[in-house]
Amino acid sequence: MIEVENLTKSYGSHLGIDGITFSAQKGETIGFLGPNGAGKTTTMRILTCFFPATSGKAVVAGYDCFENSFEVRKRIGYLPESVPLYRDMVVDDYLAFVAGVKGVESKAVKQTVTRTMGDCGLDAVVGRPIGELSKGYRQRVGLAQALVNDPEILILDEPTNGLDPRQIKEIRKLITELAGQRTIVLSTHILPEVSMVCERVVIINKGKLVVVDKPDNLTANLRDSSRLFLRITGDLDQIAKALGEIKGVRKVESTPAANGCNEFVVEMARGADGEQSILPVVVSNNWQLNEMRAVETSLEDVFIQLVTEEDSA
Amino acid sequence: MNLRNIGLVFKKDVKSYFGSFIAYAVIAIFMAATGYLFFNLLASFSILSFQAQANPMVAKQYNLLNVNETVVRPLFGNISIVMLLMLPLLTMKLLADEKKSGTMELLLTYPVRDAEVVIGKFLACYTVFVAMLLSTISYPLLLINLGEPEVVPILTGYAGLFLLGAAFISLGIFTSSLTENQIIAGSLSISILFFFWLMSYSTMFVSAAFGQIISYLAINEHLESLAKGVVDTEDIIYFVIFTVLFLFLTLRSLESKRWR
Ligand SMILES: Nc1ncnc2c1ncn2[C@@H]1O[C@H](COP(=O)(O)OP(=O)(O)O)[C@@H](O)[C@H]1O
Ligand SMILES: [Mg+2]
Repeated sequence: MIEVENLTKSYGSHLGIDGITFSAQKGETIGFLGPNGAGKTTTMRILTCFFPATSGKAVVAGYDCFENSFEVRKRIGYLPESVPLYRDMVVDDYLAFVAGVKGVESKAVKQTVTRTMGDCGLDAVVGRPIGELSKGYRQRVGLAQALVNDPEILILDEPTNGLDPRQIKEIRKLITELAGQRTIVLSTHILPEVSMVCERVVIINKGKLVVVDKPDNLTANLRDSSRLFLRITGDLDQIAKALGEIKGVRKVESTPAANGCNEFVVEMARGADGEQSILPVVVSNNWQLNEMRAVETSLEDVFIQLVTEEDSA
Repeated sequence: MNLRNIGLVFKKDVKSYFGSFIAYAVIAIFMAATGYLFFNLLASFSILSFQAQANPMVAKQYNLLNVNETVVRPLFGNISIVMLLMLPLLTMKLLADEKKSGTMELLLTYPVRDAEVVIGKFLACYTVFVAMLLSTISYPLLLINLGEPEVVPILTGYAGLFLLGAAFISLGIFTSSLTENQIIAGSLSISILFFFWLMSYSTMFVSAAFGQIISYLAINEHLESLAKGVVDTEDIIYFVIFTVLFLFLTLRSLESKRWR
């Protein structure tokens, strides 16, 4: 469905993206993950034929984004990062306009608009000017305009950006519901979002591809270190020092907590058995161990790790 | 080129003009300004007529008693100046605003050709302009009612104004494609229009050949002959080329934005 090969875009002398390669199968939801300025928007603008790449190849739905942009544009739905809408237009008129220019037959426009508004939870705002809607509803209108021609491919640039937590939940749910058979490319700088919504994740940083993998694999691959969460009653500095001296411990983060029961996160090298080596130290010092458990490596850690690795390379 | 897409862009922009009251405001100011200028012309004409009645020498001296010469022709000149000031107010937002609000990004990723967008917008603005210009029709009707002006120069004069409007709008869309800032787009188009207008004053300072070129380029020279009732294809071609040229430059400007 989407083939991107060695894509590069230069803004003057500065490279927005530099040699990005990835692909997406039909029906797949791909997460584009990267901090601000990573090149997510730039990549999406090339995929949506807003501007051409400086070099490299982008093929969407079997058509080249540069040579056959018209065919590509017929088959995609795009929600730009800033959710640009005509604020003085009424929701229904706006969606009818978009349906029209996207080639929905005149006779079918009305019905299509009604159906799309229903799908996107817009029934409550029929006949309202877009400028009067809340941010959450505007986001839905943005999704509706992307979906109105029932495109094979959806390209959503940070679709939950700037929403409150409840709206974020609703929009994510909506995206998952609407996915169906569609191929979705979704960008975000919020890490948990990717594991929630996406089947595969493309991580980019400073215009360069860092890794492409399944969220689960990324986590597993990164288990070359394990982390333990501990709650120990005793003197904070003393405990932290003792834990840090244990063989195989890479790092200790300590947080003081109420009634002297301090919290520690201990990062162990791969192969070192944390529990076996920590317990004797605690016992010999006569500290009271309140809790000890393994910490699952989250995608967040993966991300930070990958990005910092890339930096030092 | 897809007519339906042109129609859809046209409809959207006409609605936006009349929905946001810009069109009403501009038409109202236009009517007030042209009305004021028309009644001034009419008043000075009637004063002159009274003087001429009292003293036939005045009439002979100034040869001003022709309604076409004293009222109709200056009226077209006045209307065209008001158009020069008002039309940029209509055109300035057409592309600049879409760029500023980001809606251009969506519009250009829909399966619509740039030319369809530009023509749709041109026609939408032209529609508002037609409504605006038709509001002046009562002035010549009043003249026909009161006196006996020649009708042909009135008709060709209006034809000239309709052509002139197309040229102004085309230039306005072009300047609107150059920037995200409506005010800059508007001022730029007023400046360029003034330049094309005032050019004719410099013909006397340059060589004859160069002067001829300048007076061909000057926009008001072409309106003047139409307002006299002289239909010269050269004038019509001038307006058509002016309009098409700036629409074409608008397309180039949109395209170059994509390459940056
Ligand atoms: N129109 C532009 N002109 C110049 N530089 C740009 C432009 N758009 C983006 N950039 C630069 O390209 C890089 C990638 O930006 P972008 O694709 O917007 O990142 P993201 O969407 O991941 O935040 C950034 O360094 C940004 O400053
Ligand atoms: Mg972005």
